[in-house]
Parts: sequence; structure tokens; C-alpha cells
Amino acid sequence: MTQVERHAYDVVVVGAGGAGLRAAIEARERGMRTAVICKSLFGKAHTVMAEGGIAASMGNVNSHDNWQVHFRDTMRGGKFLNQWRMAELHAKEAPDRVWELETWGALFDRTADGRISQRNFGGHEYPRLAHVGDRTGLELIRTLQQKIVSLQQEDHAETGDYEARLKVFQECTVTRVLKDDERSEMGAPPDRRSGGKVAGVFGYVRESGRLFVIDAPAVVLATGGIGKSFKVTSNSWEYTGDGHALALLAGAPLINMEFIQFHPTGMVWPPSVKGILVTESVRGDGGVLRNSDGERFMFGYVPDVFKEKYAQSEEEADGWYTDPDNHRRPPELLPRDEVARAINSEVKAGRGTPHGGVYLDVSTRLPAEEIRRRLPSMHHQFKELADVDITAEAMEVGPTCHYMMGGVDVEPDTAAARGVPGLFAAGEVAGGMHGSNRLGGNSLSDLLVFGRRAGLFAAEYAAGLGEQRPAASEEQIDAAAAEALRPFGAEEPAESAESAQEGAAENPYTLHQELQQVMNDLVGIIRRGPEMEQALERLGVLRERSRRVAVEGHRQFNPGWHLAVDLRNMLLVSECVARAALERTESRGGHTRDDHPGMDRDWRKVNLVCELTDEAQGGGADGGKQALIGLRQRPMDPIRADLLALFEREELLKYLTDEELDR
Amino acid sequence: MTHTAHFKVWRGDTDGGDLQDYEVEVNDGEVVLDIIHRLQATQVADLAVRWNCKAGKCGSCSAEVNGRPRLMCMTRMSVFEPDETVTVTPLRTFPVIRDLVTDVSFNYDKARQVPAFVPPKGVPAGEYRMQQVDVERSQEFRKCIECFLCQDTCHVVRDHEENKTSFAGPRFLMRIAELDMHPLDAAADQGLVRSASAQEDHGLGYCNITKCCTEICPEHIQITDNALIPLKERAIDRKYDPLVWLGSKIRRRQD
Repeated sequence: MTQVERHAYDVVVVGAGGAGLRAAIEARERGMRTAVICKSLFGKAHTVMAEGGIAASMGNVNSHDNWQVHFRDTMRGGKFLNQWRMAELHAKEAPDRVWELETWGALFDRTADGRISQRNFGGHEYPRLAHVGDRTGLELIRTLQQKIVSLQQEDHAETGDYEARLKVFQECTVTRVLKDDERSEMGAPPDRRSGGKVAGVFGYVRESGRLFVIDAPAVVLATGGIGKSFKVTSNSWEYTGDGHALALLAGAPLINMEFIQFHPTGMVWPPSVKGILVTESVRGDGGVLRNSDGERFMFGYVPDVFKEKYAQSEEEADGWYTDPDNHRRPPELLPRDEVARAINSEVKAGRGTPHGGVYLDVSTRLPAEEIRRRLPSMHHQFKELADVDITAEAMEVGPTCHYMMGGVDVEPDTAAARGVPGLFAAGEVAGGMHGSNRLGGNSLSDLLVFGRRAGLFAAEYAAGLGEQRPAASEEQIDAAAAEALRPFGAEEPAESAESAQEGAAENPYTLHQELQQVMNDLVGIIRRGPEMEQALERLGVLRERSRRVAVEGHRQFNPGWHLAVDLRNMLLVSECVARAALERTESRGGHTRDDHPGMDRDWRKVNLVCELTDEAQGGGADGGKQALIGLRQRPMDPIRADLLALFEREELLKYLTDEELDR
Repeated sequence: MTHTAHFKVWRGDTDGGDLQDYEVEVNDGEVVLDIIHRLQATQVADLAVRWNCKAGKCGSCSAEVNGRPRLMCMTRMSVFEPDETVTVTPLRTFPVIRDLVTDVSFNYDKARQVPAFVPPKGVPAGEYRMQQVDVERSQEFRKCIECFLCQDTCHVVRDHEENKTSFAGPRFLMRIAELDMHPLDAAADQGLVRSASAQEDHGLGYCNITKCCTEICPEHIQITDNALIPLKERAIDRKYDPLVWLGSKIRRRQD
């Protein structure tokens, strides 16, 4: 029996970004004893990096806006692959979630009549993003963090203990979701392959290396994305696909894993900051993209499905900023996938900047003072990191891995993971909401809408169980402990077949760099069948080598060990991405196939579902070279008729098959 | 352009430690955090360091570089001469956990002691109305990324452990100022005068406006001029204004 620290809660939330904190607040307000577990310090989550704003159709700046328009924009942005019910709930509930933040102390920028100001953003028909300069994510995190503190203050006043009902376990990593034994479940349906209800989580404290178990019947995954599997990314170190992998390992399927958003504008110079985000607000506020010939090239890249919505000339585009009712929007504000591909093409055609990007210029478009007021963080970031004054010169930018559209397959209304009772997922780790491509600003609103729903339904589920709480077996806990500690006594090299060279201990940093290179080069923004086959082969080799990862030193705050543990997750998730991307023989949103450039209406009806194979379920989740991930196609639910009626038939014909429309 | 730099990095834990020397490659455009990461990847895999966004937005990678509190991700190597030794040590005001990682729980304890925003009664969500000019003052303080460099540098606690219980530090005194200046905060209706409480409960009086916090703030927030001094003025105004004094007594009696 492994010695572990033991706690018990009603609801455990893994992740303390926007979705996790919102879920925790809801669960606590529903009376549940709630724990939040996060890898960083409380308040440092990747949500702080979000710049542009929170999309919500409050209609403060343009009164024509409403949830239906927001829903339409979201579906178009996702090329109709969105889980439509999620898109509907999101569009309907986002305004309430934003207004609620004000009652917790948030201070958004204001309109002249004192309401929350809203800004333009790619793919949104009206100014829709509630914002605070270009540091909206920080405001969101701080507001939720301070709301949690205020709930703790209430508990302190009542019980004398700040952490009586809501505790943040900071700088802890969860390595397994624990479940009860399926055999104890009488009459479990046969399609539920791994049976078992959620019983808690297993993890370790990063600071001390101590192992712990939290017994809890409901677990909300809110761990964010997977960007650290790619070399050029806007994501922080925490984004190692933990929640995606935890769900897979617990027997829950993932969907849409082939869709990764490459944000069109990341920094390209200097090398050490390559990938860091340049907010889309630069374009929303008037910034334009030019190639090395000085041409505003986006006019040449408006796809047919968007032809009627975007300006054809610079004159028309420039008129839109002041008179949007009589001008069409500039093509710089096309959805992100379109802009990223266009930049990629320009650079490839030899019209790139000296450091392999294109120019993003706001200096000739707005007065210097206005730039400093509207884009303070960008001004600061370029000044400090690249010695570039964006009020006087153009920025150099290029695509960077930014957001994972795919994730845990959830029930749209409850955020419950399919197939694993007691498991919930919200935010970037959940799949479906954004279809094949997410609109800017829809992430922060997604976090709030589905974070709240996950917390609500996790609380209801936990309360509904009463005293009948599932319990994890000791064997499961022992296995989790052995898995977590293995890098300290890495597997001995196999004596027989392999040479000494192949069996040598591996450095986790080296493996991570190789993984990032493979994903960047072979499963990146533009994809080809043979390259992805090669990627899968190389991922198999990396996985095998990862068994031999060995770390130096002891368990106290040891980053080499932390990375070794996270590698398992990145490798699993990378395999999902490569397998799904190889299978989908079309181009749509965040999935571009050089060998299948067209969008295919038949593929729109299909989600690709990734699951752990039976062999992998057996335990060896980091096993040999064989595939760990099985893939199947699943038809999408037909879109509800009243939602379809929000679109013109002519537009729908671009996405849906004739049969679907005539149903 | 690549050169080899000489680094001294503090390594150790609660039992003590010392500066260790490293020769390490530096490339054009890199920041101190890049070099620490290179050390991890190539020489000392278990070198402990906190970091997160690597873009100056999360405030995780605070340390002291050549004695000055800084964010490692925003300290460019080009500010040093190529032959200059770069010394990286953990934040001095907080107890070391390991290497460059310190125990910053002091700050989280202080955060809990500041009473939260009090929403105005009778104003439903969605009906909040505030003018931009009125929210801007508090917005400046909400730019804070909680890197705790101001807490680290403040001489009231830097070498005075004994002041830690009674002093919230610049970051949390600024938080009180932020709430005090929030156009709709209704704390006063509950009998809480934030400025007075800053003085009485959070140690505002210890601050003698040396502006060290403002100087090192990576977000360039005017902590002293815009938060601490106005807060002091309001606290003192109240104290010496007999009408305010009388008013506060009467209101309290009503409660």
C-alpha cells in the first residue's frame, strides 16, 4: 500500500483558469465542498494571456446584436461542425456571465453612456467583445480569483476557517482520475467499456513531491489545451494536454482532435519569443497586414463562402471602421484559420519579411497616443522584447499554435463527459463548441458559460449520490503512484534485442524538443498524408523512448520530473491529433490538407472520435510502439430546425448536403 | 550572434545553499529566463524555477538579477555586457523553497485579509453604469500581474520579518485603494471605510513613500503616487476632519 496524503471533497476541479474557477465558484455556491487543483500559483493560469475580450451579444455598441447573430457567427466560424446546442447555449448565456462579473468587481472599458464597451473582432458581425484594453484575460482571472477569496472570507466569518468549503491546492499536478471498480457495478451497459464511476483524483505536490489522493465523486476537468506539443506556440508550459489525457485514460472519448487553431499573428522575432501572441485587437482596431511588397494581401484570400461579407477594396474596408452599416468589413478580420493560411502562403511565395513573417502595421493607421491607450500590452511587449515601437513601425508576425478545438466529448447541457459518470469538462479541454475553428473572443465566454454549467451539474451529480460514494481500490492508487515515480527509477534497458545505444536513459527535455519538432513539421498548419504517417511512426518511437526517461535529483520542486510526467500526456494527445488529421481527407477550419484542399459537405456530418485501445486500457498507457488510440467516425446530430432557419438556404448549401436540407 | 555568458545562480533549499557558477550559451534576443531554461535542459535538469507565460503577463518568474527584483522573462540579456557576470538569486523577502523558488504564501494570506468588493444594493447585474474616466483610476491598479516584486523590494518587510503580520505590502494596499476608488463599491454602506482600514488594519502608516515599489513595477503602475499617497490622504482627512469623525460615529451607532 502506498503512503499518500488523503483528502475528501464533494467536487474537485482540475485547473484554475477561467473555466475551472467559474466551475468552482458555482459548485461552492451550490453548497458543495470544493477543491481546485492547479499546476501554477493561484491566479497565474493561461487565461491571463487572453487579450482581446469576451464575446457576448449585449448590444451595447450596436443594438442590432442578439444571441441569434452571435450563434450564426459562431457556426460560420466553425464551418458548421460545431456542436450546435453548445453554440446556442453559449450565445444565449454569455451576456449574463459577463454582467455577473461586474457584480464581483470587474471593471471593463465603458461606452459613452456608461455601459460595457464592445470591440470588433474577426468573424463577429457586430462589435461584441467586452474588454479591458488588451488585458481582458487578466481582468477575468483576477475577478474570479477575488470572487473565490470573497467566498472564502464568508466561510471564514462563519466557521473561522477560510478553506472550510473551498480550497485551492496550488502547484499540484493530477496524474490520474480514479474510478471505482467496474465489477462492483451491477448491470453496467456493455458499451461502457471501462465502467466505473469517478472516485477522485491522484496527484503530487510539485513543491515537495508528496503524493496525494482526493476522494471525490465529481471531477471537473478544466485544464486548457495542448499547445506545448508544438514548437511554435502561444501557449504556456502548463498546456500539456493533461485533461485530454486524463479523460482518455479514464475511458472517456475525445472528439475533433484534428482541429487546431494556428493564430495568424504570433511574434516571429527574436527567436526566444517566437510564437508569443499578438492580439487580434490590433486588426480589430485598424491594423492591416502587408507583405514585403507593401501590398495588403488579404483582399486576395477571401474564400467563396465569405465573399458577400467582406470588402473588395481598401477604400471600402477603411470606411467600415467609422461607418459599418454602409461598408463591408476588411478581410484582415476574416476568421483566424483563413488569415493564418494566407500569411503562410505569402511567406511561402517569397513575399515574407526578413524573419519569415508578414508585416502587421497599426503605426500608419492610428495616432501614437491612441495606440498606447488601446493596445498598451502590445506596445509594452514589442518595446521590451523586440525593441520595436509599434506606434512608429510595423510588427513582424506569423502563425502560432494557439488553441485546441478538440477535446472531451461532453453532453452539451451538462458538460458531463460521455461514458464516465462523475467526470465533467469545460473550457478548452472540452470539444465541440467551436467546431473546426474558434472565433476570437468566444473562448473567454465559453469558459464562463460552460465553467458554470460544469460546476452546476457536477454539484447536482455529487449531491444526487448521497452517501453512496464510489471508492478507488488500493491497487489503482498503488499503480498510479508507481507510474508517477517511475522516472526516478526508469525502466532497465531490455537485455535482449536492443543495442545498448537504444536502451540508454533519456533526457525529458530532449524528448520534449523532438516531439515539438515532429508535430510542428509534420502535423502543423498545412498537412499531408505521408507526413502524418511519418509523424505517427516517430511518435511511436518517442513513446517507447519515453519509458526510459530518467531524472536527476529528488522529488522537491524538480522540473525535470514534472516534464517527464507531462510527456505521457503530450504523447497521447499528439497521437490523437495525428490520427484524426490523417483520417479527415478534407480541409476545414483548423485542419488544412495540402492533398485534400477542398471542404467536403459529407465530412461535415462526421465527428472523429478518439479512444484508448483495449490494449492501452490494460495499463501500458506509455507502452510500446503500437497504437494506443483507436479512431471511429460518428455522425453528428442533425441541427435543430429552428436554428437552421436562422440562415439563408443559399448559405447553408455551402456547408450542408442537399439531403440534410430537404429532410 | 552567440556568446558564452558567465552566470551565478543560487542553488539550495531551506537548509541553506550558495551561488554556483555556470558557463552558458546566449543567443541574440534572449532573456534571462531563456538562459535559465538552457541550464535546465543542458546542465542542471533539476534547477527549480517558477515561470509560466514567458511574456510578462502572469508574474511567475520573479527573481533578483544582479540584486534587482525583476521578471526573468522580461530581462533581456542585451542589457548586460557580454563579459559581465549575471547573478540570479531568489526573492529575498520570502522563504526559499528550492533554488529560485520561494514560498510566496505571505501574499495570498494578505489578499484574504482585504475585504472583497461590495456590490451596490438594488443595482441588478447588467445595470451597472460607470464612466470611463471614473473606472480608469482603479483600472490602472488592476493591471497588476501579482509578480510580488513590490512586496519583495519594500523595505518595510524586506529585512524586517517582524513587520509582516501588521503590513499588507504595496500590492495589497494598492488593492484597497483600487476598491476605495471603485465607482460602485458599497463597502461604506456596511460601515467599512476602506482608507481608514488601510491605516488601522493593514499598516499603511509603515509606508514612508520611498517609491521603491513604483520603480521596480514591471507594469509601470504608479503605486506610490496614484494609490498609496491618495489613500494616505483620505485616511488622514477622515481622521482630522471633525465632521467626518462625528458622521462615522453616528453611522456606526445606527448599525
